Amino acid sequence: MHIVVCIKQVPDSAQIRVHPVTNTIMRQGVPTIINPYDLFALEAALQLRDKFGGEVTVLTMGPPSAEDSLRRALTYGADRAVLLTDRFFAGADTLATTYALATAIRKISDTFGAPDIVFTGKQTIDGDTAQVGPGIAKRLGLLQLTYVAKINEVDPAARTIEAERRSEGGVQVLKTKLPCLVTMLEATNEIRRGAMADALRAARAQIVTWSAKDAGVEDISKCGLKGSPTIVKRVFAPSPRAEKATFVDFANRPPAEALIEELFKRQPKLEAELISSAHGF
Amino acid sequence: MIEERFDAIVVGAGMAGNAAALTMAKRGMKVLQLERGEYSGSKNVQGAILYADMLEKLIPEFREEAPLERHLVEQRFWMLDDKSHVGLHYKSDDFNEEKPNRYTIIRAQFDKWFSSKVKEAGATVLCETTVTELAQDAYGKVIGVKTDRRDGEIHADVVVLAEGVNGLLGTRAGLRDRPKPENVALAVKEMHFLPRETIEARFNLKGDEGAVIEAAGTISRGMTGMGFIYSNKECISLGIGCLVSDFQKTGETPYGLLERFKQHPSVAPLIEGSEVKEYSAHLIPEGGYNAIPQLCGDGWVVVGDAAQLNNAIHREGSNLAMTSGRIAAEAIFQVKSRRDPMTKENLALYKKMLEESFVIKDLKKYKDMPALLHNQSQNFFLTYPQLVSKAMQNFVRVDGTPKKEKESSMLRSFVNARSWTGLFGDAFKFARAWR
Repeated sequence: MHIVVCIKQVPDSAQIRVHPVTNTIMRQGVPTIINPYDLFALEAALQLRDKFGGEVTVLTMGPPSAEDSLRRALTYGADRAVLLTDRFFAGADTLATTYALATAIRKISDTFGAPDIVFTGKQTIDGDTAQVGPGIAKRLGLLQLTYVAKINEVDPAARTIEAERRSEGGVQVLKTKLPCLVTMLEATNEIRRGAMADALRAARAQIVTWSAKDAGVEDISKCGLKGSPTIVKRVFAPSPRAEKATFVDFANRPPAEALIEELFKRQPKLEAELISSAHGF
Repeated sequence: MIEERFDAIVVGAGMAGNAAALTMAKRGMKVLQLERGEYSGSKNVQGAILYADMLEKLIPEFREEAPLERHLVEQRFWMLDDKSHVGLHYKSDDFNEEKPNRYTIIRAQFDKWFSSKVKEAGATVLCETTVTELAQDAYGKVIGVKTDRRDGEIHADVVVLAEGVNGLLGTRAGLRDRPKPENVALAVKEMHFLPRETIEARFNLKGDEGAVIEAAGTISRGMTGMGFIYSNKECISLGIGCLVSDFQKTGETPYGLLERFKQHPSVAPLIEGSEVKEYSAHLIPEGGYNAIPQLCGDGWVVVGDAAQLNNAIHREGSNLAMTSGRIAAEAIFQVKSRRDPMTKENLALYKKMLEESFVIKDLKKYKDMPALLHNQSQNFFLTYPQLVSKAMQNFVRVDGTPKKEKESSMLRSFVNARSWTGLFGDAFKFARAWR
């Protein structure tokens, strides 16, 4: 079984700040991590490989420094890593990103064997679009299972996969045919700690590095900023909320009454509305 | 268990570990370096001042590549009482030389770069891998390490213990004792961020010039300890440390000391308006020569802080670490070149080479100093600073008192506090320990 996992190196959003004057994201000095959803995808892939044999290839598009995240994925136990890096890819929106990644997956398919499953995280924590997974599936003509919390079963002989998909109404149990693309939610399958052999291999591994040309990109105008119809008009930091917490002194009053009294004191309109609606009873 | 064997395993990627791994890898040895942190430098804490000479011996062209903060042109020693400082300042344009002698650095950045050189030299560097114990054969010879990774035992001809001040692995394997509380200081540090220009104005610096302040006195509340203030490019490292045994005895807290140090009237204006973005704590070996454990055994050597190699009087640690790492690596390479086994007898070459270097010579020179300062900490860190400060104030304050009376009252204050025998005794003991 050959599984491709798309990962993205993202700034650790917990530590990101917005520049107070220029309103741009201050990336300097912010540590980078593998997009957390991608790690659930990677673990799901590794578990399937451990069960059925085969290989896991991790793929990322990013600057040369994104190699760190690939090496880390190898430490967790992935078999191969491919870095897609080229200045032509810079500034890509999801349309251009899916074009580049789909092209690279085709090349992976030609070079290392056709994938049975392509995994992505549900979304990245820096873009939050959740469009890249489905976009790749569409471009490659793959069936897709999105928002998957759990892979129940894969039958390599029958070429089927059954998974639990979380939706607003509850959990859907879906079955589809391989090959397919799966986007993973945060799940219970936390990423493993790689064995010593994996760590050693990762530290010394050669990362396969492809430029746009290497990956077989034919139309460079579909890549990067050029290929991105999305225009960022403005970036701004939400202004901090003005409301402040107030401490209410109960002063021997029953707490509930005291709270309502204080509330009405601050919002007389609310009191009037409530009283008028109460008259209806 | 991993089948593959290495010539050497280095435990730890601080100054000593990096120096050892780099030296052996450059010599063509097959080296594995294991580090528990996310990257080399992620767990490493130091003031930090880098001494160029010892790094030059490892990486001659480091000035062009390494992330350095400021080269030092000024050294200030301050003796503090609660409101004043008596200072000795030395600043020289000579330090604006082509190849400066000392730099401030930020370890997280510097070590990352240092580690990249280790990798370039051909060593395999594994981070986020904690060595849990040493692998030993039936005779106690160290044959490798066990790690916290699955199937994580891995063997080598020799293990270089550069694991840091606590020496946990050596202790667990029964090769040494744990460092004693009176032989280690606990230091806490904050990084105060300020605009470049503000730092340069407050410390009277231009360009990449830097200044350091070392302060001792009542800030340590009678405990053996020191405070420091180092200027980096866009932040000030400020910290204080005291012996762990003194913290135990007095019940003082490190953060309490740090807060008071920051509020000292001589210190507060330097960091006013700054933003604290980092804080850290670390143990520093302070026991000197007498606290050095056994340096080598069958299949192992110990270097850097793990070997308690730190010159507390001159506040030198990282250079001793780098030098001991390099010397250990060279000794190991010599033993290997002779195709000799890595026995205690053969590895004693490291001990011999270290004794011939400044590392052991300097530590030997001050071997009685730690005990003296420890036993007399009340006098050296509380009584004398207060007396000196009062005397200075008496000397400079113009108030119509005849000078002769002033002088005799100064003298009286010293004699009353310490008596003649005490004063001469302290001076004698200090001179002897310094010699």
